Amino acid sequence: MEVIFKRPEALTATPTHYCPGCSHGIIHRLVAETLDELGLRERAVGVAPVGCSVLAYNYFNCDFQEAAHGRAPAFATGIKRVRPDLIVFTYQGDGDLASIGMAEIVHAANRGEKFTTIFVNNAVYGMTGGQMAPTTLSEQVTTTCPMGRDTSDVGHPIRVAELLASLETPAYVARVSAHRPHDIVAARRAIRKAFQYQAEGLCFSLVEVLATCPTNWGKTSSDAVEWLEKNMIPYFPLGELKTPGDDSVAGLTEGL
Amino acid sequence: MAKRLMKGAEAIGEAAIRAHCRAYFCYPITPQTEVAEYLVRRMPEVDGVFLQAESELAASNMLFGAAAAGARVFTSSSSPGIALMSEAISYIAAAELPTVFVNIMRCGPGLGGILPAQGDYLNATKGGGHGDYHCIVLAPASVQEAVDLTMSAFELAETYRTPVFVLGDGLIGQMMEPVEFKEGVVNPPPERPWATTGCKDRDPNLVKTLFLDPAALEVHNRKLAAKYREIRANEVRFERYNMDSRPETVMVAYGTVARICKTAIDFLKEKGHEVGLVRPITLYPFPHEELLAIARDEATRNVLVVEMSNGQMLEDVERATRFLKPISFFGRQGGIVPAPEEVVRELELLAS
Amino acid sequence: MQDECKFAGFGGQGIMTVGRLLALAGLQAEREVIWIPSYGPEMRGGTAYCTVVISGLPIGSPIINTPGSLVAMNRPSLEKFAPTVRPGGVIIINSSLIPVSVPRDDVDVLEVPCNQIALEIGSVRSASMVALGALAARSAIVPFETLCEVIESEFKRKAEVARMNLAALERGAEVAREKPRFEPPAADA
Repeated sequence: MEVIFKRPEALTATPTHYCPGCSHGIIHRLVAETLDELGLRERAVGVAPVGCSVLAYNYFNCDFQEAAHGRAPAFATGIKRVRPDLIVFTYQGDGDLASIGMAEIVHAANRGEKFTTIFVNNAVYGMTGGQMAPTTLSEQVTTTCPMGRDTSDVGHPIRVAELLASLETPAYVARVSAHRPHDIVAARRAIRKAFQYQAEGLCFSLVEVLATCPTNWGKTSSDAVEWLEKNMIPYFPLGELKTPGDDSVAGLTEGL
Repeated sequence: MAKRLMKGAEAIGEAAIRAHCRAYFCYPITPQTEVAEYLVRRMPEVDGVFLQAESELAASNMLFGAAAAGARVFTSSSSPGIALMSEAISYIAAAELPTVFVNIMRCGPGLGGILPAQGDYLNATKGGGHGDYHCIVLAPASVQEAVDLTMSAFELAETYRTPVFVLGDGLIGQMMEPVEFKEGVVNPPPERPWATTGCKDRDPNLVKTLFLDPAALEVHNRKLAAKYREIRANEVRFERYNMDSRPETVMVAYGTVARICKTAIDFLKEKGHEVGLVRPITLYPFPHEELLAIARDEATRNVLVVEMSNGQMLEDVERATRFLKPISFFGRQGGIVPAPEEVVRELELLAS
Repeated sequence: MQDECKFAGFGGQGIMTVGRLLALAGLQAEREVIWIPSYGPEMRGGTAYCTVVISGLPIGSPIINTPGSLVAMNRPSLEKFAPTVRPGGVIIINSSLIPVSVPRDDVDVLEVPCNQIALEIGSVRSASMVALGALAARSAIVPFETLCEVIESEFKRKAEVARMNLAALERGAEVAREKPRFEPPAADA
């Protein structure tokens, strides 16, 4: 009998610890499929963040390092600088990348470090139990903004992809979503491009992936998909913001 | 081999190159920025990596990434910068990665000043970062010793898979002395089967520090503790100066201050007074046994600890000597280096 | 026997460089040497000074509060450090910029118009080299020939600079040799 669908080699057979309806499993699979398809698994080194996906290394079947909170881009810089032959990626959430690790990601992107960042944005701190993140939407309720995010007090949510696309150096910056099948197909394409560019020796690439967190949003899985569609996508529009050879700054080119 | 007149900071950079270190990540801070200014030219000559990071936080975490990928790596900084690196140092100790940190101490607390001090003794020897760990701490008293200890630091780091500090004060970084780089004293890096180098033909490697299971973390911490016991048993280094006459007064000082104490000892010797000195070369492990033996020697009447701090090593001397003999302390701070005349005055007060 | 010399002046007068050359000469003469800079805010334009210690034995303290000699290239340096020089020591005063002398009879005070001599040779940048020449001739801190060799080797890729520096060194030494030998006051005076 012909096998037409199976677990990618770059994933292990470990049962997941992620909550029902969480997007991490899908995004893990997209990265793993990419490593398989491009034949990169045996020279890949992933860097796990602090956050729900700190345990990503339990699921990926490749070498991994576990970073200090927010410092994954510095780890990846160290690895790639001493071993340019390796394929290096960081996998980071919004608290990790856009709050405590903002300096590290901006400078790694600006130096054009030759690794790939998968940035999972679910607009909330997951591991610590649903606190306000830099990407928490205006009026969104979290445990540390129980009356909803007050932008007059704590500012507006940060659009990371646009911010990084405003830099001259990065090769590839895109925002995709993992909430509906056709978005997942587009996300897969973007992640594949990012790794392809790295394998070709181009500099820094980042794919921001909008993700659901039903547990901390206090929603069912299907309501969470609705909520992402209605609230996150209008504020965090999808598309490629920077592609190799494109010198224009922070303008959406085309939807995937 | 002819001796070269070199600034301490530059000599440390060259020592790292001679020790086959091929990656250096840094952030500028006085009084040791010359290490970076030296290596930015020198590293490319040996196909090594030089990178100025956006902060000490980033530099030290780059060190983690590179060390975990199997490279022989080091960084250098000064007191406030080392405080920022403490995050990574704790993680590196936990992940058991061989790395070398050079701290050319300046005066604090806070922004403090840029002049020499020894106020980071406790930071270096007792941990500095969070959690239950130690670093090996080497304290040079001359530029030549800074070179020798930097070279030795890489091997110690690999033998014990642990971060190693070279702890010098601002004078060690800034003064020039003749140095000789001995050939062939450091072996190239050993195999690192645990490094994250791609999992071709083997199972994936993982370098991590998270142990959510308390029993597993205790096992890990006990393993670290056993390593520290081994270090304490095998790696204690110190120098005795004018101790053969079993002098009544014994000074304890390290780094530049120990040299100042030697000048005071020589001055008093000419006047017929014998004073001894024990200079710890390793601050961790500390020469506890030597100091206990001195405290137990009936000839010893008192102990004088001299530091450029408010009394940090003093606590280890108190512990080592078990208060068997009276201990006095003389310290200068704020970047003021004690002069030999001041030490002589302290010794004369003790004798009177 | 240990010799110490403090070089002091404005940043940019070549203070650190002449100190380093003296240390190199000490090293070449197979003696123990140490060069200690002032580092601090004054590095950025104000007063600069460094101390060089040369000894037949391993050098202890790098902190020298009472040096054997002083080269003062500007007035603030002279006023700050002249009182610290040990009796019997040497003080070289750059009289081009310092209109005063030192009211001490227990040290060998030599006034040398360093800037003026350097200008005559070709560039004011050699002024501190004139002072170094005077110091070397007036004290036996290192053999004069060794100092010349060090300058030749340090500036071997800049022949014109080497020539000017050697000329400056020689002129400084001439001024020092012209002045009668220093006789310290009798101890019972």
